[in-house]
Amino acid sequence: MSSTSPAPLHLAVALDGTGWHPASWREPVARPRDLFTAGYWTDLITEAERGLLDFVTIEDGLGPQSSLPFAPDERTDQVRGRLDAVLIASRVAPLTRRIGLVPTVVTTHTEPFHISKAIATLDYVSAGRAGLRVRTTFRPDEAAHFGRRTVPRLDGFDGPDAQEAITELFDEAADHVEVVRRLWDSWEDDAEIRDAATGRFIDRDKLHYIDFEGRFFSVRGPSITPRPPQGQPLVTALAHQTVPYRLVARQADIGYVTPRDADHARAIVAEIRAEQEAAGRAGETLHVFGDLVVLLDDSQAEAEARRDRLDTLAGEPYTSDARIFTGTAAQLADLLEELAGGGLSGFRLRPAVAGHDLPRITRDLVPELQRRRRFRDVYEAGTLRGLLGLTRPANRYAAA
Amino acid sequence: MSKPLKQIHLAAHFPGVNNTTVWSDPAAGSHIEFSSFVHFAQTAERAKFDFLFLAEGLRLREQGGQIYDLDVVGRPDTFTVLAALAAVTDRLGLTGTINSTFNEPYEVARQFASLDHLSDGRSAWNVVTSWDAFTGENFRRGGFLPQEERYSRAKEFLATAHELFDSWRGDEILADQATGTFLRDARAGAFVHQGQHFDIHGRFNVPRSPQGRPVVFQAGDSEEGREFAASSADAIFSRYSTLKEGQAFYTDVKSRLARYGRRPDQLLILPAATFVLGDTDQEAAELAREVRRQQVSGATAIKHLEFVWNRDLSAYDPDGPLPDVDPVVSEEHISRGRAQVRMYRDPVAIAREWRQLAEANKWSIRDLVINTGNRQTFVGSPATVAQTINDFVQADASDGFILVPHITPGGLDPFADKVVPLLQEQGVFRSDYEGTTLRDHLGLAHPDADTGTGTSPERAAS
Repeated sequence: MSSTSPAPLHLAVALDGTGWHPASWREPVARPRDLFTAGYWTDLITEAERGLLDFVTIEDGLGPQSSLPFAPDERTDQVRGRLDAVLIASRVAPLTRRIGLVPTVVTTHTEPFHISKAIATLDYVSAGRAGLRVRTTFRPDEAAHFGRRTVPRLDGFDGPDAQEAITELFDEAADHVEVVRRLWDSWEDDAEIRDAATGRFIDRDKLHYIDFEGRFFSVRGPSITPRPPQGQPLVTALAHQTVPYRLVARQADIGYVTPRDADHARAIVAEIRAEQEAAGRAGETLHVFGDLVVLLDDSQAEAEARRDRLDTLAGEPYTSDARIFTGTAAQLADLLEELAGGGLSGFRLRPAVAGHDLPRITRDLVPELQRRRRFRDVYEAGTLRGLLGLTRPANRYAAA
Repeated sequence: MSKPLKQIHLAAHFPGVNNTTVWSDPAAGSHIEFSSFVHFAQTAERAKFDFLFLAEGLRLREQGGQIYDLDVVGRPDTFTVLAALAAVTDRLGLTGTINSTFNEPYEVARQFASLDHLSDGRSAWNVVTSWDAFTGENFRRGGFLPQEERYSRAKEFLATAHELFDSWRGDEILADQATGTFLRDARAGAFVHQGQHFDIHGRFNVPRSPQGRPVVFQAGDSEEGREFAASSADAIFSRYSTLKEGQAFYTDVKSRLARYGRRPDQLLILPAATFVLGDTDQEAAELAREVRRQQVSGATAIKHLEFVWNRDLSAYDPDGPLPDVDPVVSEEHISRGRAQVRMYRDPVAIAREWRQLAEANKWSIRDLVINTGNRQTFVGSPATVAQTINDFVQADASDGFILVPHITPGGLDPFADKVVPLLQEQGVFRSDYEGTTLRDHLGLAHPDADTGTGTSPERAAS
C-alpha cells in the first residue's frame, strides 16, 4: 500500500487581537479601533470559515497583555485590553455554520462549574462546534485581581522551585479539566424524558453526582446544563515541556507544541505518546499540532520586508515561543508537510497580522494544500469532533 | 389637569425551572436548544420589549434527598446564551441573573463589560445573593458565607464591579497608527479595592463599554434588599403584582431614593407577571383554570405541601384531604435549592390556615395548591389585559412588568401579537425603539451623564 497518500492536515488559526506581532495593530489592514466590537471578530472568524479551517482559538487572560512574562508592563505602544474569549466565540457562533470555536479558559482562578456549563452552552449555540483551550497563569498581578491566593514569584521556567510551581499549577489544571469533563457527562443523553404518565420531566437516575474531591477543590454536581451536543467538547492545551505535555496526555484532545524542525517534532510527539500510554489513553485519538507564527506574502522578499517593517515599528525584533515562518504559501506548505513527517497531524497558525496573514492562509495556503491533496475541499462533518475524526464518546456514567 | 401618561416598560422572562412552566403541553419545546432562545428573544424584540430576562440557579433542586424531577430541569450558562442572542437581535436588552456569592468581581465585571461591548450596550445584571452550603458544594469556595453577610458581600461585590467598570474612562484608546500610541494612559484600568470581602488590586483589562456599566437589577424583598436597591440598583424585579401591594411597595422603595441623592425615575419597579389570554374574558378564565391544573399535577401538589409540612407526604392522596399531622419545624428542610421555602416562616400556622380553607371549600390537596399557589396575574381578553396593565402602571403600582409565559418558546407570541398593539394604540408603549442601548429603552442616564458630559470634571482635571 505504498501508494496511499499522506493524511490530510488539520488547520487551525490562533486569534489574538490584531495579530501576534506586537506592531500588527499599526498595519493599515489592522482595524485596531474595532477590536472591541462584535463585527471585528465576526469578520475574522468568517474569513477562517471561508478557508474551511478546522477551528479558531481565541486568546484570553485575566489581566492586561504584557511584554514581560510574569508581570504587567506600562507600555502604551501595544494593544492592551481584550474581551472575554468565551463570549466572543458565543457571539460569533450563530453567524457561522461549520468552523470550530475554541476560546481560551484560564484554570488558575476560575470555577470549573462555571467553565463547564459555559463551554457546554457554547456547544449548544454552535450546534456542536465548541472546545476550549486550557491556560494556567503564573502572574502574581493576575492572582491579585482575585485576591484569593498568591502564586510564587518566578523569574523563569527553569530551576527546581519553578518546576515545583509549574507542576502544582498544571496538576490543578488537570483537576479542573477533569471536573469540567465529568460535569459534561453528569447528564446522560436521554435524561430528559417528559413522561406525562408519571409527571416526571427527567429520569433522575440518569443524572449523576460527580463527587470530585481533589487537592485543590471538590465539586459535587451534577451540572445545571444537560450534556452538550458533542458529548465532550474539545479540550486543547499549549505545551512546551514535560509537565504540560503530561497535561495534554492526560486530559486533552489536541496539544499545541512548538517544534523547531521535524526531528524536534518527532521527539516531542514521542514524549507525549509515552505520557499518553502512561495515562492509560493509548487507544484514544490525541492530536499533536505544531504552532507556527506566519508572515505570508507573494514572495519571500516581500514577507521579510514586512517583518522588518513591523520589527522597526516595534523597536525590536519579534521573538516567539513558536517558530516564525516568513515566506510564501508554497514554502509554508512545504514546511508543514515536512513537520507533519515528524508525527504532527495538524497546525495552529498564528497570523502575525490578522488582517493580512489570515486571508493569506485561507486564500493562498489552503488552495496550495488542496492542490497537494493535503486539505479538505469541503467541510465533511457537522461537529468539531467530526472534523477532527473524533467520534461522539460514550458517557462515563451511563450503564454499559 | 391630569398627570401625563406614563410609558410602560415590558420585559420577557424566559420560562423558568419551576411549575409555572408547563412542559407537558404539546406546544412546549426545548429549554436548552438555542432555537428556543432565538424564538423567544426575537418575539420580544418584534414586540419592542425593553429586555429579555434570564434567571439562574447553580445547583439542581432536591427534595427528600433526591433531585426534583417534576418540573423543567436544566438551563444553559447565562452569559454564553446572552452573548449568542446579541447576534440574532439588534435592540433587545439582555439581562442576566448572576450570583454575587459564587463568583469573583474581576471575572463578572469582565463578562458584563464584554457582553456590553458585544451587544452594543444592551447588557443588564440582576444581582442576586445566596449563602447556602448546598449550592456551595459545586464551587471551590464552598458554602462559606454566613447568611447575615450575604447582603454585605453583594453590596461590596457590586461596588467593586463598579470600580472595575469605572477604571476605564472611555477615552484611553487612541490607536494612532501613525504615532504608535495605542493607549493614551499607561495605567488604564488601574484599581485598588480593600474591603471586608474583597482585597484586590491591579489592572482591569476590558475598556469601557457602551453603557459604561450594565444596567443593575435587584430582586430581594427584605428590608436590606430594598435598601440595597435604593442605594445601588437601576431597577427592581419585584414580586408584588396586585394593585394594593404593588402601590405600597412602589411608594416604599421610591421614597428611599432621596436618602441616596436619587430621583424617583432613577429606579424602575418591574414585578414579575404571568398571563393567560382568551378571545373573551370568560374563555381566558376557563383556560387559566386548565393551565393551573397542568401546572399542579397530583404529584406536584404533594411536593408543594411538603415544602410547608417539611416531611415526606408521599403516602397521601392528592385528591384526598390535607394531612392531619403537623409540619416538622426544623432548621433542616426537606427541599433544597429553592428560594420560596424561606417564605413559609410559620409552617404550623400556615398548615392550620390551609386545613380550614380546604374544609370550608371542600378542597382536596391538589385543589388547595391550585387555589392558593401562584395564580396567573393577568387573565382576560387582550383588551382586558392591556387595560389592567395600563391601569396598574398609571396608578403607580409599577413601571411595567417582566412577563413570564408558561410555554417555551412560543408562550410570549400571543401577548406580542394581541396585547402590545393595544398598548401602542393607547400611546403608552413604544411602537419602535427610540434608542439603541438598554439604558435608552429604560430612560436611564449613562453613568457619565450625571456631571454633564462624558468625563467628570475631577477626572478630567487629574
